[in-house]
Amino acid sequence: MTTDGGTAARGGSRTRSKGWLAALPLLAFVALAFGIPAIALLFGAFTVKDPKTLTSSFSTSNLTESLQGNYLNTLISSVQLSAVVAVLGAILGTFLAQAVVTSHSRALRESVLTASGVLANFGGVPLAFAWIATLGNAGVITKAFGLADGSWSLYNFWGLALVYMYFSVPLMVLTVVPALDGLKPQWREAAGNNGATTWQYWRHVGIPVLTPSLLGGVVLLFGGAFAAYATARAMVGSTVPLVTLQIADALTGNVLIGHENMALALSLDMIVIAGLVMAVYLPLQKRSSRWLR
Amino acid sequence: MVAVTPVLETPQAVSPARPRRPRIWRGVVLGIAAVYFLVPLGASFWYSVYNDQQGFSLSAYLDIFGAEGFGTSMLLSLAMAVATIVVVLALTLPAMLAVRLSAPRLGPVLEVICTLPLVVPPITFVAGISTVLRWGPDYLAATPLWATLIAIQNETFPVVLVLAYVVLALPFVYRSLDSGLRAIDVRTLVEAARNLGASWPEVVFRVIIPNLRTAIASASFLTLALVLGEYTIAALLGYRTFPVWIVTISGANGQLSVAVSILSLLIIWLLLLTLSSAGSKRRSTS
Repeated sequence: MTTDGGTAARGGSRTRSKGWLAALPLLAFVALAFGIPAIALLFGAFTVKDPKTLTSSFSTSNLTESLQGNYLNTLISSVQLSAVVAVLGAILGTFLAQAVVTSHSRALRESVLTASGVLANFGGVPLAFAWIATLGNAGVITKAFGLADGSWSLYNFWGLALVYMYFSVPLMVLTVVPALDGLKPQWREAAGNNGATTWQYWRHVGIPVLTPSLLGGVVLLFGGAFAAYATARAMVGSTVPLVTLQIADALTGNVLIGHENMALALSLDMIVIAGLVMAVYLPLQKRSSRWLR
Repeated sequence: MVAVTPVLETPQAVSPARPRRPRIWRGVVLGIAAVYFLVPLGASFWYSVYNDQQGFSLSAYLDIFGAEGFGTSMLLSLAMAVATIVVVLALTLPAMLAVRLSAPRLGPVLEVICTLPLVVPPITFVAGISTVLRWGPDYLAATPLWATLIAIQNETFPVVLVLAYVVLALPFVYRSLDSGLRAIDVRTLVEAARNLGASWPEVVFRVIIPNLRTAIASASFLTLALVLGEYTIAALLGYRTFPVWIVTISGANGQLSVAVSILSLLIIWLLLLTLSSAGSKRRSTS
C-alpha cells in the first residue's frame, strides 16, 4: 500500500512538470494566432487617423460613430434577422424533433438525424446558390409558378431569413432531440394519473424541463445567423443591410478616408453582442446537460 | 370517488383520440419539413441540368473538371485542410492529455480557450488579422519579423490561412477529443503502459491514439468540412480557395456554380456519412 502510494505520488510529480509543458504549444499558438489579431482589433477600434495630417490618436469616436446612423441600422438589421431566424428556427426545429422522437420509427429517426447533421453544415456559398436556383429571379420554382410576375423576391430580409432556416432548423433538431429523449414517458403517465391534461403536462413538466435546451438552441441559432457572411454576400450582395457585409466593405477599402478603422469598431460591437449571447448559452448548456443522460 | 374517476376516465377519453390526433400533426410537420428541405435540392439539380436553350444536359457537371481554376483552387483547399488537421491535432492532443494526466487545474483554462473562437464571428477575426498584416509595413519593416510576415502570406501555400483555420477548428476538435477521452481511462492506460516499459512516444502512438481513433477521425472530418466550406477568411484575405472560386465563376456561368454547389453538398454528405458509420462501428464492437 505505502509503496504503491509512494510510486504514484512520485510518478505524479514527475509527470506534472512535463504535463504542463505539453500544453504549452497550444497556449503559445492561441496567444499568437488569436491574441495578436484580437489586440490589433481592440487597438485599432480606438485609434483615429486624421485624414489631413495622417497622425493617429486614441479616441472612442469610431465606436460612438459605429452606434449611430447607417452603421447602427446595419447592426439593428443584423440583430433582427438573427432573432427572427433563432426564434422561428427554434420553434419549427422543436416541432420537427418532437414529430421524429414520438414517431417510434427507427428508420425515420436515423434518416432525419443524419440529414440534420449534413444540412446543419450546409451553409455558405453553396446554400445561397441552391436557393437562387430554386426561388431566385430565374429559379426553377419562380418560373414554374410565375412568381416573378407578382411581388416575389428572394433578395430581401425575409428571403434571407427563409434561406438561413435551412441550416438553423436542422441545428435546432440536433440540439433539442437529446432533451426530448430525456422527457421520460413515466412523467407523462404520472401526470396523466394525477389528472393532468396534455396542456397541463407541457405547461408544468415538459416545457420547464426543456427550457435550458430550448434557450440554448435559440442562442446557438442566433450566433450562427449573426456571424453568417458568405450566404448573404453570394445571395443579396448589399441590398439587405447587415453588419458582416458592412465590415467586409470597410475592410476591402470601400470607405471614406479616415474611416479605415470603422471595420474594427463594428467588429468590436459584433463581438460584444455575440459575447453577451454566449454568456447566456454556456451556463444553460451546463444545466441542460443534466437531462442528456 | 373524486380521486378514482379521472384515473378510470382519462385513459378511455384519451386513448381513442390519441392515436389519431398526433398522427395528423406529425404527418403535417414531417410533410412541410420534407417539402422545405427537398424542394431546393431537387430544383437546384434541375436548374443545373436543364436550360431553355440546350434542354437537358449534364454538361455543367462535366464542365466542372475542365473549368479554369477548378484544379488549383481545389488543391489549395485540400492542402489547407490537411495542414490544418495536422497542426490542430498536434496542438490539442498533447494539451488535453496533459490535463487528464498531470495538470487538471489547466482543464478549465483549456476549455475556455477552445470555446472562445465560437464567440468571435469569422468576419471580426479576419478584420483583426488583416489589421496585423497591414501594420507589418509600418512597424516591422526593419525587423526579421517582416520576412516571416511575408512568408506566411505566400500565394501557393498561405500559412496565415492555416493559422486562422486552426483557431476556427479548435472548438470542434476540442469537443470531439473531449468526448473520446471521456470514454477511456487515460490514466490507467498510461500507467499500465509505462509500468510495462513503454516509452512516452510508444504510449502516445501505440496506446492512446489507437484508442482515440474515432474521436480523431471525427475531429479530422469536421475540420476538413470546415476548411473546404470556408469562404469569409479566404475571400477577404484575397486567396482563391475552392469556395472563393465558386463565387468567382458564378458570375460567368450560373449553371456551373449550382452544379458545383450540389457537388460540394454531396462531398459533405459523404464525409459525414463516413463519420457516422465509423462511430456506429466503434459502438457495436465495444
